[in-house]
This record gives sequence, C-alpha cells and structure tokens, in this order.
Amino acid sequence: MQRIGVFVCWCGSNIAGTVDVKAVAEALGHEPGVVFSTNYQYMCSEAGQNIIKDAIRDYQLTGVVICSCSPRMHEATFRKTAAAAGLNPYMVEIANIREQCSWIHKDMPTGTEKAIILGRAAIAKVHLNAPLVAGTSPVAKRALVIGGGIAGIQTALDIADAGFDVDIVEKQPTIGGKMTQLDKTFPTLDCAACILTPKMVDCAQHEKINIYAYSEVTEVKGFVGNFTVTIKKKARYVDTTKCTGCGLCTEKCPMKKVPNEFNLGMDNRRAIYIPFAQAVPKVATIDPDYCNMLKNGKCGVCAKVCTAGAIDYKQQDELIEEKYGAIVVATGYNPIKLDNFDEFGYSQSKDVITSLEFERLTNAAGPTSGQLLRPSDGEHPHTIVFVQCVGSRDTSGCGKPYCSKICCMYTAKHAMLTREKYPDTDVYVFYIDVRTPGKNFDEFYRRAVEEYGVHYVKGMVGKVAPQADGKLMVQASDLISNEQLHIQADLVVLAAAIEPDKSARPLATMLTASMDTNDFFTEAHPKLRPVESPTAGIFLSGACQGPKDIPETVSQAGAAAAKVIGLLAKDQLTCNPCVAHSDELMCNGCSSCEKVCPYGAITYADKEFRMPDRTVAIRRVAMVNEAVCQGCGACTVACPSGAMDLKGFSNSQIMAEVDAICK
Amino acid sequence: MQEMMTAKAKELLQNGTVNRVLGWQAGEFVYDITPAVFETAEELDAGFVYNDFCGNNLSKYLIKESRKEGKVLAFLKPCDTYSFNQLLKEHRILRENVYVVGIPCDGKTDGETLKAKGLEGILGCVREGDTLKVDTLYGEKILPLGEALTERCKVCRGKKHMVYDELLGEEGELQGSARFDMVEKLEAMTPDERFAFWRGELSRCIRCNACRNVCPACSCEKCVFDNDASGIANKAAADSFEENMFHIIRAFHVAGRCTDCGECSRVCPQNIPLHLLNRKFIKDINELYGDFQAGEDTESRAPLTNYQMDDVEPGIVYKRGGKG
Amino acid sequence: MQVNTEFKPKIVAFCCNWCSYAGADLAGTNRLNYPADVKIIRVPCSCRVNPMFILRAFQRGADGVIICGCHPGDCHYTTGNYYARRRMTLLFSMLDYLGIEKERTRVEWVSAAEGAKFAQTMNEFVAAVTAMGENKRLEDLRCKK
Repeated sequence: MQRIGVFVCWCGSNIAGTVDVKAVAEALGHEPGVVFSTNYQYMCSEAGQNIIKDAIRDYQLTGVVICSCSPRMHEATFRKTAAAAGLNPYMVEIANIREQCSWIHKDMPTGTEKAIILGRAAIAKVHLNAPLVAGTSPVAKRALVIGGGIAGIQTALDIADAGFDVDIVEKQPTIGGKMTQLDKTFPTLDCAACILTPKMVDCAQHEKINIYAYSEVTEVKGFVGNFTVTIKKKARYVDTTKCTGCGLCTEKCPMKKVPNEFNLGMDNRRAIYIPFAQAVPKVATIDPDYCNMLKNGKCGVCAKVCTAGAIDYKQQDELIEEKYGAIVVATGYNPIKLDNFDEFGYSQSKDVITSLEFERLTNAAGPTSGQLLRPSDGEHPHTIVFVQCVGSRDTSGCGKPYCSKICCMYTAKHAMLTREKYPDTDVYVFYIDVRTPGKNFDEFYRRAVEEYGVHYVKGMVGKVAPQADGKLMVQASDLISNEQLHIQADLVVLAAAIEPDKSARPLATMLTASMDTNDFFTEAHPKLRPVESPTAGIFLSGACQGPKDIPETVSQAGAAAAKVIGLLAKDQLTCNPCVAHSDELMCNGCSSCEKVCPYGAITYADKEFRMPDRTVAIRRVAMVNEAVCQGCGACTVACPSGAMDLKGFSNSQIMAEVDAICK
Repeated sequence: MQEMMTAKAKELLQNGTVNRVLGWQAGEFVYDITPAVFETAEELDAGFVYNDFCGNNLSKYLIKESRKEGKVLAFLKPCDTYSFNQLLKEHRILRENVYVVGIPCDGKTDGETLKAKGLEGILGCVREGDTLKVDTLYGEKILPLGEALTERCKVCRGKKHMVYDELLGEEGELQGSARFDMVEKLEAMTPDERFAFWRGELSRCIRCNACRNVCPACSCEKCVFDNDASGIANKAAADSFEENMFHIIRAFHVAGRCTDCGECSRVCPQNIPLHLLNRKFIKDINELYGDFQAGEDTESRAPLTNYQMDDVEPGIVYKRGGKG
Repeated sequence: MQVNTEFKPKIVAFCCNWCSYAGADLAGTNRLNYPADVKIIRVPCSCRVNPMFILRAFQRGADGVIICGCHPGDCHYTTGNYYARRRMTLLFSMLDYLGIEKERTRVEWVSAAEGAKFAQTMNEFVAAVTAMGENKRLEDLRCKK
C-alpha cells in the first residue's frame, strides 16, 4: 500500500476562487492510502515546495498527488521537488484543477465536486505508479549531413567549426547544389559562384569535414545519438586519390554528345566529365550510360591520356558504414516537370524555357557564355514574357497548392538584369500577386518596375502558341484593365514551382521522419522547433522543409547546426522513462506491435523459456529499445495479449482513473 | 478420400518426410470428431477418419506441434489454409516443421446441425448427389445438402488452398459467397432491435471460453481475460450483459486477423452466432479500407496495423447504414 | 427513453498530451465554459486509448466517452492518430451494431491552438449525451450505486 500525500494549491484565487480548496483537501484526505493532505496558497513557490519536501520526509510518503495547474505547466517542477526529498520523481501525479476545473466553472459547489473527483483519479493512478529510472545512452560525436547544397554546406561548416566531425553525402559528383547553377542572387545581385565557391573550398579543406560526393544513403539504423548509416559510394571509374582534375580526359573523350545536366541539357558534355570548373571535389567522373569502354569495351582514350593513371574501368560501388549522433537532412528542391502545363508550350518550342534555364543562359559559364540568346536561332530576343506561378498556388491538382516563395524575387531579378544589359528589350511579367516580404525585397521589386521599366501585369497567361515566323503568341488577361492581351514574344520564361527532391521520400522512410502531403519534411513544431524533425536526432536544413531563398536557407542551416552542436556536446542522453515494455512471458511474438511502431524501437529475439512441465521452449518475443521508444503507446493497443504496456500510462493505471471518475 | 489420405500419411511416415500425422479421429459418437496425432501406420489404421463431420480446423494445433521434434504432416482443408497462413504471418507456426497436404472439401455437417433438423441416434452419413443420407438408430433420413451443411459451409468462399506442400485431388477455385447477408440484415434494424437481438444471443453465454480456445487467431500465450494484472480478468458474469465486453474485446483483438473460419460458432455450446461479430468487422474493413482477407498471404499488413492518410473519420459510423 | 432534466451525465474524455490536452488547457486559460460532467484523462497519444478503456468506462457507469487527438497528419508521434482513427471507427461501428447508442461515443481532433473548439465540442457532446439519458446498455450493475 502506498503512503500518499495530497497537496491542494490555491493558485492565489485562480483555483480558490471557484474551488473550496480546504474541502478538497479534507475529502481527499479520507481516500484510501492518503496519509497526509493539505492546502497552500502557491504550491509551486519555494515555501510550497518545502511543504511537499517536509511531508515526504515526515510522513515517509511513497506517492504524491498535487492538485494544481496543468501538468504541462509544473509537472517537471514538482517532480524535481520530489526528487530533492528523495522520492522517485515519477511517483508524482498532478490533478489539473485549474485549467480543467476552476477556470471553466463558475460556481463553487460544481468546481469543488469536480476537483475532488479529479483528485481521486490522480490518487487511484498513484496507487499503481512504480518508480521509474530514466536510462541514458551515449552520443556518437559525428554528424551526417545529407545533401551538399548551400544548406548542407553551411550546416556542415558550422558544426565542423564547433569542433565536431561532419560527413556530407551528396548524390551528384560535386557539392554546391542548385546555387552553383544560379547567375546572380537577389536582392544584392552579387554573383552566386563568387559567394558559394569559397564555401565549397572551405568544406573540402576543413579537417573536420569529409565529403562523400557521388554517394547515397542506403540504410539508416539506430536512434538519436547512435545512428548507423550505410552510404553507397557510386563507382566513378576514376581513382579520386590519383585524379588531379586537369581535365585533359574531358577534352579528349570521343563521346561528345552527352546532354550536359549542369546546363540543363542546353549544351553537351563528354562521357567523362567534371560538372563545372569549380567543382568540389574536382575529379572526373565517367558516365556509365554513355562511356563506350564501359558499355562494350571499345575505346580507352581517357586511360591513355591520363598521366596520373587515375582511370579504373573496373571500379565498383563501395558501401561504407559509419556511426553518427545526429543526422541533418538538406536534400533541397527541384523545379517541377512541366508536363501538366502544356498550354505554355514548353514541349513545343525551344524558346519557352524555365527560370533555371534562363539563369544558365545569362551565366558567363553557361552555354551562351552569358549572352542572352534565343535557344532556337541564337538571336537576341526583343520581347520577353515572364510567367509567374507556373504550378504554384495551384488548386486544380496539376501543380502544387503552396507558394514556391522564391519566384517573385528571381523573376524581378531576371527582368531587371535583362533591362539593364539589353535596354531595347521589352519585358513583361504576368503575376497573380507579387510577394516580396524580406529585407530589401520590396525595394528591389520596385526598382524593377520604376527604374528599369519592367511591365508588370496582374493576370495569368492562358496560352503560349509557337507561330510559323518563330515568334510566340502569348495570350493573357490583364485583370486590372480587364482586357485580353496578345503579345508577340521572342522568349517566354516560366517560373516553375519548386518541389522537394525525389530522393527525400525514401529517405524519410529510412529516417522515420515525417513528411507533409507535399513531401516536405515536417518540423517538430512549426513555430518553436522549426529545424528539428519530430524524430529525435533528425534535423532539417533548407528547402527540404519548405520553399526558401538563400538567406533563409543559410540562417536555417545555421540553426540546424546549432541544434546538432547542442546534441553532440552531450556525452550521454537522458531517455524518457515512460516507454513501452513487453512482458516476455505473455508475448506471442506476432509482430503486431512492431508494425505500428513509428520509431523501429521494437525488435524480436528467440528466447528460451522453462515451461511448467519442466521442458524448455524457444519462443519469439518482442523487446523494446528504451532509448528509441518515445512512449506513444501505439504498440500497447496493437498487442492482443496485453504483453505490451506503457510505463507511466499503464493499462491498469488508466483503468484505475476511469474507475475513479465513473464511481 | 479417407483411404487416399491414410495411404499418403503412411507413405510420408515411411519415407521419413514426417514423423507424425495431425488428423481427425472419431470420438464417442460418430459426429463427435476430435483432432489427433498419429505416429504409426497401425495408429492410422485404428483411428484415422476423414468424413463429413471433420470440420475441425487443425491449424491452431500446429502452434504447439510445429515446435516439437521432427516434421508433422497436417491435412488442411481449403478454409484451414487461411488460418495456417495467418499464423505463419504472426510467426506462430514454424513452417519448416510442417508438411501440409491440401485436401479437398465439399462442405461439412455436424451433430448440432443434424440434431436441429430433428434427427436422433445418428450413426453415420453418406453423400448422395445433392442430399445427405443420414443413418440413424431410427432408420435412414435424407436431407437436402442445403439444410445439412453447417452455416459456414453454406457460404463457402471457395475450394482453393492458399498454401500446401502437396495436394490430394484437384486444385479448387474461389467462389462468391453470401456470408454478409445476416450482417446486412442486422445493420438494417433499429438500434433497439439490434440491442434486443444481441442481448438475446449474448445473454446465453456461459463464459466457457470454448470460442476463445478453438479460435486460431485467439492463440495468445496468456489471454488478457485470464491475466489478473490486465484489470479486466473475470470469469463469472455478474449481469446478463457483461459478456458484451468479453465478446467485443475478443472480436476486436482478432479484427483484421480473423479468417472467418467459423470455428467459434461451431463450438459454442449455446449456439451463439459469434461469427456475426467477426463478420461485422470483416465487412467494415472491406468497405472502409478495401477488401482484405486475412490469411490470403503471409506478407500483407493487417488493416489495424496499417493506415491511409485519407482514411474515413470515425464519424462515418453516424452517417451510414441502419435506421436512426 | 426517459429524459430527466436533472440528469447529469458522466463523461470521460481521453485527451492526447500534445494537442488535445493542451487545447483543453487553452480552453481553461481563455475561461471558456463547458460542463463539469466532463473529466479528462491524459494519455500520451490517441493511439494509447485501448478499446478496453472505453468499454470499462461504460461498464462502470459512464454515459459517454470521447477521444480527442491531434489532427491527422499532426500527430506528435507522426502516425499514432491514424491507427487510433481506424481502431475507433471499427469499435464504434461495432458498438452501433450491438445496439449501443452511437451518440455516446465520439472522436474529435483538437489541436493545441483550438481551445474554443475543445469547449464547443464538449458542450455539444454533453448536450447529445444528456439528451440520450442514462446509459443502461453497457454497464456492470455491480458497480453502479
């Protein structure tokens, strides 16, 4: 039998105003097992806590019930109080008689009666409480960053600067991500490469950072502080330790007609290639889909010209296993495919391009060496139409329901740069709304309109039709003047919506990190924990969590790094002791619990049992990894035998509360 | 068929494929069939039977049998193979220790069904076309099969085995079944009528636990209703409605796992149509979450350990089916 | 069924710790009134609610049971309420099938920000159960005074 103390708080008049606290303390004092019952003005005050501590010692209390505000407010406080007096902190239960009683009831008899019942339920529960001890688990002091774009780079640099080892896994042959393809960046118009490539070099040279480029995560096991990750290093057919990045092979390779993905297929590269001059790591990669040597054993030119002897046609994929304490997801975004938007003629005319293609056309390292030329005939375009929200804010089901956030600003940038460099060009921008919330963003947009004379038209483009003379007929509506427009354009630029990278969904499954319906990773709390995933030890950086521009991405990347550093700085993690526990004697080993566990916390083992008839039987039984279990209780209901129970919220505890309330 | 099965069993015993045989033997009365394990040809000759009364689903016995030394031969009817698969899925049967011989079944009868037709002193029966000729102490009685078969056989879902190592006879086919007719009838009643129906049925329950003990899905090492720590252990009922709790929880625990083998109703000494509870869950699952047949395979996720983000809300219960 | 105007129903509300219990706290913070007949039991997640708890409540004399959890997709444990939704849908359908008045059971998704929805839900549920009168169909007579 427990020796229970009951402490009823007045909370000034917050509780005492509508609950007769003395009557509650008196009534609960007569409950079985209650050996001490009192009331006090502010239980959470130092004096109030001393009353609790003294009573625990004087009456040898084994359980404490506090009738006060919500446990969400002061449960932790009172648990510490109990612990300070030598009582296991999990022997404390709170009856919420403020938020769920005194504050919602107007008259004293009603409030008092309900408070007594809530107190009884808490007492009934405490009778079945057992002391719980929070376990600890060690922290592997290494972080994994998945994705090597600006988000991953910034996170990795910040973690490494704090003194922890970081690995970056990037599926492309080089880190840098989307930002490497951009020309200038809003709202300051500094060149993307000028600000990004130094960071890429910093990563390569940082002694704490290890880059697995051209690699993918294939398996994730474990839990916060203790992940085991398998990384597949795809075969480059080039020994990266020997390759000097001289680039001779990429000039001599006879296979010249390989679409160059870095320039979005607008020019060609060779079968052996370095994506761009500032690639990190700067080593060549053979594209096995196009290399004649790999496909049919005929060629070998690159091996002949390589003075370093780096070419290795026999190279295999390599699997690496590494332990990490924290994982940062920085898988980024892609523009959507435009198959569903054929009214804009993207598939029908080379002169209908996406905004990212426009970036390459204006970039000095791009296919036209920075000259804005029409892809179809290489002429200067004189009329350019930019179409906003292509697939963004789309409720028809063809596109994405959300705002892609970056398009308004980069389109203003494109329009402005075009007008600056080619003042004889007419530039139209069709928009639903222009959204410019950001430091110096609206000023930037207004400059595009007021200083550079870009024609902003509120309205959507209905159709882009290629014509015989090579021009594009753009049909659009101007919603403000309420008229139909027909524009003969030379170039149409579509601001395609952005979506999470396709690799994110399988990765989320591996990480047991949740995603929203658009495949963006969900955060632990949308406002208060924006860079953490609900799964402990998984952090979010950049556009994988939602559309973001570069300044936002960099600040979120730094925030994710700060959270990782906070985790890796600890030697041990304290686990939540209210976790599931399986009674081996009752477990059927049926796997129902494992199927509903969102954390993969349940494993099975064959164990020997001595049977009543003295034989030994081997049975499959469930085991809970207490460091991984978060205590949701899904398994406890999936378990038909009742072998699986939840500490702190056990079947018998909850039923005792039910009984007390229904009495 | 019995001769073929005995011969097959002897062959497999002799060539060492198995060291014992799980089958049926006659009890005190001819219709009183019990499952039995045979270890020698002599035992088979002396006791093994397979006839129109052999309705027992042998799958559940394999939980224990498959954990013993050596391999056991199990004769499984088409509907038994669903239970077998389900138990495999739940890691309850060690597959490598069982040799499954699929046997054909064209419906079974049982003592209760025949007695309900007014027959007494039953000595045996044989099929004659669409009828069952029953030999009794008081002479021969001929019943149309439609009346002689058990309820579950009247709504048989097909003659196809889901799993076997070897098949005796032809591979059968799945067929349509009107098994939800009675559930639909109940759903169409008013709540008061339904309440009256179930009180009439469940108040007869004597908590003998036969339904639980025979059910292949109810194979827990320790049942919650026998576990004092569960808080719901009880044996004697205090009022005529307490059985509701037992039967609802039992049906819920097997929901998504019940193969609708019908053993619960077959063994109920009070003739409570317990399968109507299980079939309600099966029908709801099929309608709300897509057709699902427990035991059809060993891989699929059971409906209650699965979800779709756009599953219906519980409020659907208020909107559909039945009167007010 | 006889409707007694004096009748005060016994209502058990299971609330998940992260959303609905916080929503109930917010209702309190905003002084939003709902009947004292509602008594809340805190559970970590709606998926912790075992059908046994609900039947036990009815058995011991509850007149209505309501389960509140995070909105689907917002579960703190990512998937808990999806499982709870299936379990409760099937359980409620079964209770209805047995002739237990379906108005006595309910599931509502209430977020931590929806204090007003919590109070409104409870007001509606209490009104519905009060209109039903005392639960006689699923209770253990031994325990009812």
